[in-house]
Amino acid sequence: MKYQTQKIAYAYFVTAMALFAVQVTLGLIMGWIYVDGNFLTEILPFNIARMLHTNSLVVWLLLGFFGAAYYLLPEEAEREIHSPTLAYIQLAIFILGTAGVVVTYLFNLFEGNFLLGKEGREFLEQPKWVKAGIVVAALIFLFNVSMTVLKGKKTAITNILLMGLWGLSLLFLFAFYNPSNLALDKMYWWYVVHLWVEATWELVMASILAFLMLKLTGVDREVIEKWLYVIVATALFSGVLGTGHHYYWIGTPGYWQWIGTIFSSLEVIPFFGMMAFAFVMVWKGRRDHPNKAALLWALGCATLAFFGAGVWGFLHTLHPVNYYTHGTQITAAHGHLAFYGAYVALNLAIITYAFPVLRGRDPYNQVLNMASFWLMSGGMVFMTFTLTFAGTIQTHLQRVNGDFFMDVQDQIWIFYVMRFGSGVAVVLGALLFIYAVMVPRREVIEPGPTERAKAEQMAAE
Amino acid sequence: MAEPRNAFEDLPGDLMMWILIVSELLVFGAGLVAFLSVRIADPNGFADAQATLHRTGAGVNTMILVTSGWLAAMAAVAANAGSLARTRVLLGGAAALGAVFLIVKGIEYADKAAHGITFETHAFFTFYFLLTGFHAAHVAAGIVLLGLVAVRCHPRTVEVGTAFWHMVDLVWVILFPILYLLG
Repeated sequence: MKYQTQKIAYAYFVTAMALFAVQVTLGLIMGWIYVDGNFLTEILPFNIARMLHTNSLVVWLLLGFFGAAYYLLPEEAEREIHSPTLAYIQLAIFILGTAGVVVTYLFNLFEGNFLLGKEGREFLEQPKWVKAGIVVAALIFLFNVSMTVLKGKKTAITNILLMGLWGLSLLFLFAFYNPSNLALDKMYWWYVVHLWVEATWELVMASILAFLMLKLTGVDREVIEKWLYVIVATALFSGVLGTGHHYYWIGTPGYWQWIGTIFSSLEVIPFFGMMAFAFVMVWKGRRDHPNKAALLWALGCATLAFFGAGVWGFLHTLHPVNYYTHGTQITAAHGHLAFYGAYVALNLAIITYAFPVLRGRDPYNQVLNMASFWLMSGGMVFMTFTLTFAGTIQTHLQRVNGDFFMDVQDQIWIFYVMRFGSGVAVVLGALLFIYAVMVPRREVIEPGPTERAKAEQMAAE
Repeated sequence: MAEPRNAFEDLPGDLMMWILIVSELLVFGAGLVAFLSVRIADPNGFADAQATLHRTGAGVNTMILVTSGWLAAMAAVAANAGSLARTRVLLGGAAALGAVFLIVKGIEYADKAAHGITFETHAFFTFYFLLTGFHAAHVAAGIVLLGLVAVRCHPRTVEVGTAFWHMVDLVWVILFPILYLLG
């Protein structure tokens, strides 16, 4: 570790992984609720479980981004983080807010209270005091990282990363606007939900991927920066007006159907660009970095993001298609693989890269970590397929034939059983990942003769 | 070890401008494909709606924009020849014709509004307003861009600015026959 303040990232990553474990466990519980609709109905209603599942996802991904920023900014800017104390205060605020949300939701405390109760919306339903806390923490964070970069070296990676982080923080302010008109409410919440994952988060993703490629492949910075700019330009070009694909059937004017259809179709381009970028860099790379697990996660991230966000997104983004598939399991299939590929795998990639350094165990081969990649990703891909098939049948029965929702749910029950199985694989994979980065202290597998010869040759050089 | 030059490095102007131009062409192309697809379902309705458009005005606008593009091309030549004053005059002329285009366009929109024609009147007009409105927004942006490169006047910046401007008139030359003339 070159800079002492990179250690801050460790606390963020550990908290993020703890929440990750909570998130996938809740996912598993919900997977069972789909199989047995009466499971936990009194203790944990489905809507509460869903809020916790999605909220813990978003919060742990953000904590991972913050950790990634604290880890890579010192190396890029070539100076220590401006204030480690502020960074830890920021983390404490986030933990307090998250705990507050969980307790408020689970016991439905302060219902209807302006400041303390949940707002009862589908998204951005956090109590106001938590939202205010998020803003305070975000301001602390932005101040801290901006001061670090302003005083240090500015690179394309730091510029794009800061642009993404500033953008996502400012957009969060729309969370405070909660009009009583449901159509307006839906219109504005996409300014946060969509413009996060399909615009500003993509900037964060591209810059973290670029950092990983720079370190893992040793390709010239100049080449990486050119890719980065192209990816970011296409992401913003398609993603901003692509918001229109959320405006199809909520009461907004009809022209949004075409704006959303055309621009969101192009959203596949930046994801294809990131996948091409990752693979071309690895092919061009001259460095044989020992952290193969980080490379696996980085390539897996770019690939699964292309399929989950790009292909599965395109699958139902054209409004004539979405007219039938809207709100079916097709959406769930897309949501799961997109978040997993683009943002979960991205965080796990930077964690896999940073952890051996942060824990002073560099280098070791992380075979268990790679096993967790295949288990988790395999589970998630299987889940995507089962939900896609379920969604296809649901679309036909419910939207074409006009059958009743609950009758259709009975028809696709078998897919929910299979999805639960894949959920088990994902949870086991996640736990294995956490174990793999936290516990083993030395190489799990002794290097064989070929690897030893290679190591000796490298040492001789 | 020097890598062989690739095609991207030989592009005139700036790679990012070409990324933007290709993206714009994809958007307008997709818009026109959608327009033509929806038109198949209702050829008579589309023909009736098209008959209300002002073809002469749009024809005049085509000549204005093509002339403006020619001035911009001359500006790029002048910039390469190192003639700063001539470049600026030509860029100013191109931008001024762009403004005339917008005025004619504005008159056309005002006429439609006076007849109570909006986005929602007919599918034809949804596309008409989306495509020409989006194009007009690019004309406005192009005027600003031409102004910027006239101030920061170097052969390279002029090349970037005029490349964008040519995209704007190319798109119009495709929009005009398909929206206004196609029978």
